[in-house]
Amino acid sequence: MKKNQIRTAVPSPEQTGTGIKRRSFVKLLGGGIFIFFQPWSILDLSAIPADQARSLTKDYNAFLRIAEDGTVTCYSGKIEMGQGIITSLAQMMADELNVSLEKVKMILGDTDLCPYDQGTWGSLTTRSFGPNARAAAAEAKAVLIELASAQLGVPASQLEVREGVVIDTKNPQNTVSYGQLAKGQKLEKYLDVKPAVEDHTKFTYVGKPYKHSDAKLKVTGEAKYAGDMKLPGMVFARILRPPSHGAKLTSVDVSGAEKVEGVKVVRDGDFIAVVSENRDRVDEAIAKIKADYSFDELNVNDRNLKEWMLNAESRVNVVKTDGDLIIGRQQSAKIFEHTYNDPYLAHCAIETHTALAVFEGDKVTVWASTQSPFGLQDGIIRELGLTREKVRVITPFVGGGFGGKAAYQQGVEAARLAKLTGKPVMVVWTRDEVFFYDTFHPAGVVKINSGIDNSGKITMWDYHVYFSGTRGAETTYDVPNAKTTSYSENPKVFRVHPFGTGPWRAPNNNMNTFARETQADIMASAAGIDPLEFRLKNLKDEKMIACWKSVAETFGYTAGKTPSGRGIGIACGTDAGTWVATMAEVKVDKSTGKVKVVRVACTQDMGLCVNPQGALIQMEGCIAMALGYTFTEELKFEGGKILDRNFDSYQIPRFSWMPKTDCVILDRKDQAPQGGGEPAIITVGAAVGNAIFDATGARLFRMPFTRERVLEALKRV
Amino acid sequence: MEETISFKLNGKKTGFTTDPNQTLLWVLRNHFGLTGTKYGCGIGFCGACTVLINNEPVRSCMVPVSEASGKSVVTIEGLTKKGKLHPLQKSFIDHDALQCGFCTPGIIMTAAGLLKKNPSPTPEEIISGLEDNLCRCGAHNRIIDAVQTAAKEMKGGK
Repeated sequence: MKKNQIRTAVPSPEQTGTGIKRRSFVKLLGGGIFIFFQPWSILDLSAIPADQARSLTKDYNAFLRIAEDGTVTCYSGKIEMGQGIITSLAQMMADELNVSLEKVKMILGDTDLCPYDQGTWGSLTTRSFGPNARAAAAEAKAVLIELASAQLGVPASQLEVREGVVIDTKNPQNTVSYGQLAKGQKLEKYLDVKPAVEDHTKFTYVGKPYKHSDAKLKVTGEAKYAGDMKLPGMVFARILRPPSHGAKLTSVDVSGAEKVEGVKVVRDGDFIAVVSENRDRVDEAIAKIKADYSFDELNVNDRNLKEWMLNAESRVNVVKTDGDLIIGRQQSAKIFEHTYNDPYLAHCAIETHTALAVFEGDKVTVWASTQSPFGLQDGIIRELGLTREKVRVITPFVGGGFGGKAAYQQGVEAARLAKLTGKPVMVVWTRDEVFFYDTFHPAGVVKINSGIDNSGKITMWDYHVYFSGTRGAETTYDVPNAKTTSYSENPKVFRVHPFGTGPWRAPNNNMNTFARETQADIMASAAGIDPLEFRLKNLKDEKMIACWKSVAETFGYTAGKTPSGRGIGIACGTDAGTWVATMAEVKVDKSTGKVKVVRVACTQDMGLCVNPQGALIQMEGCIAMALGYTFTEELKFEGGKILDRNFDSYQIPRFSWMPKTDCVILDRKDQAPQGGGEPAIITVGAAVGNAIFDATGARLFRMPFTRERVLEALKRV
Repeated sequence: MEETISFKLNGKKTGFTTDPNQTLLWVLRNHFGLTGTKYGCGIGFCGACTVLINNEPVRSCMVPVSEASGKSVVTIEGLTKKGKLHPLQKSFIDHDALQCGFCTPGIIMTAAGLLKKNPSPTPEEIISGLEDNLCRCGAHNRIIDAVQTAAKEMKGGK
């Protein structure tokens, strides 16, 4: 590894941006050895939205602290929402610093303590933050060895570390522990690091399976989420909400709410809330506010969505071109033209968006369930006109995110209300509010025009994706003449989405993989070739071929032309740097349209897998969650009015839906780690759709595959 | 309109004066600080707020506190006895049957109620017993296995 610069001099305020904040660490955390690094040096600046880029203070922030008891605390701006990074990041730190895993503590998502982070999404924690954090930890170890060298009076080259103890290799009695080195210290070290690929043969913890380290807290009810925080004098708030997106308040009568015992009405323009120490009272009071609205809604609903999108004016962008489509068409013996579509999807984390805010003097502290603590900090700075030092966001355990908590409106609301009332204010969105303000997976349409020659080779691939984004829109297959065109919203000309949209686990890749893999299946069937053979015939990508071989073996796949009546479907794709291949078996009740997924096998190549247990569980979770977008999830709406407002009408997967799952992660220790929280979700819809076709000959082009749509498709057979 | 309401909470007698129409969920969380019982949907559809009332799993977001009067209420915090985990809690850890953990207390309480009625359920009976508890992270299969393991352990008198 390249030797990086280590400085002990305190950087000047120009270098730190916020010198005062930095110096408060020792006061906040007590003594020990502090390792700081510059988070901005590890960020891909081009990937950061402009409104967040201003957060990049080029500050040195705490990264590691070695305490007098030998405990290593790692500070990361990432958050824990069930994806298990509290375990896997600790594994990485333990390996780099040569300490036992139990000695590593993780402090996540605290803007006062942790290095800046864009947010926890995109399966980036392990593949982007991980290598940099590991490089910084390796440098931190060098600092500790330097200190030990001085203390033990032997050169650093003569020292090695075992379980947090620095040992003189020539005189093994001559030792000093990290804790002893930290004793009485208030030492700050500043690192400028560059990541390097680590030697995997030296890993003790990385690459081995560990269960969720937070499990005990979570099964006993001790784990604290944002809503579990409590402060003296805390009040609950409910905020007046419009009936639809695009509605504007014209008049309001709050007198009914004011009469509810113990309730205070708070108003700042159109922002109207009720607060009380009693949660039931605010529910009662908010229902008593009478409000009138004017409406400005788009003429779109869940039924006319596809036509709406295909007719919408948009920004057209050719993403990729290979060869010449005209030549491709000439080379094609058969041409296939199909249109696919999918709906808006809600995230449905079981914890609703929650935040507690309190002002102490002119500084606000907010505990929030968010995937974006620094984004929320920015949001509060903008809304309340505060400086960065005056806003602290703390992220306790987050009860599920899936992209939906990249948004942080509830935290801004809590801060606003804390300022207006002078009290600690807890905002717990109701499920109804979450359904209204969710940043939904954007609905989309995909049109594919493709061709094959007489041997079953794909000769042409003309791919058009409307409004749902290009993640996963690449061809995957080896096609000489291919083009990908994206049509995206141009809000100045035409508003397509009637409400907010945002990332939903593996954003838009579910839709692109559904379209691509269904089209591949249609072509295989028309060519009279087994669908796996067809794919292998058209693939050059060795990683994908390896995934196919593995999953076929796990599944016990035998070749057959479709529809074979067996109910077996397959699909593959890439997401977040990871390769995935999936096989599914279904049973279709032709009289009711009910489809039961009997079993699913899935193999992924995710490079170095830091925690195989955690990654396996992410794959299982992806398959389970995917059954929702596959079978039932479809947001019902009329213009800006969201009609699904709770789990009574919006159905997410349940226990009885679960197939038997067999997940395999290929051993790729010598390669850089890739994403694990999302990839396995992308292939399930297509594999199940293809399995329905294999079982019945009925082809589905629209997700979700509701019973009605399955029955309709059966009629067309 | 306040009343004195008495019930047994996690094995201890408790009495306090309150509006009897207050929702049990918010009383448990805000008055007693038992925050393991979670708000998830507010209309009884997700099960995150499940507690036992006289051994029956009940959605605490759907009942007024007066409903508990004279009865025995057990929350997730009450399952752990003198620091010893309940077999279900232990089994959920062993099977790694959780991710974000937010639905976990409600699911464990529902399973605890199920096992009181049916100490040796089949996998199908576990599935139907847990069917109305929602888990978005997708830990379902591990949860089914965990409940089965716990049932065996409890039958063994451990």
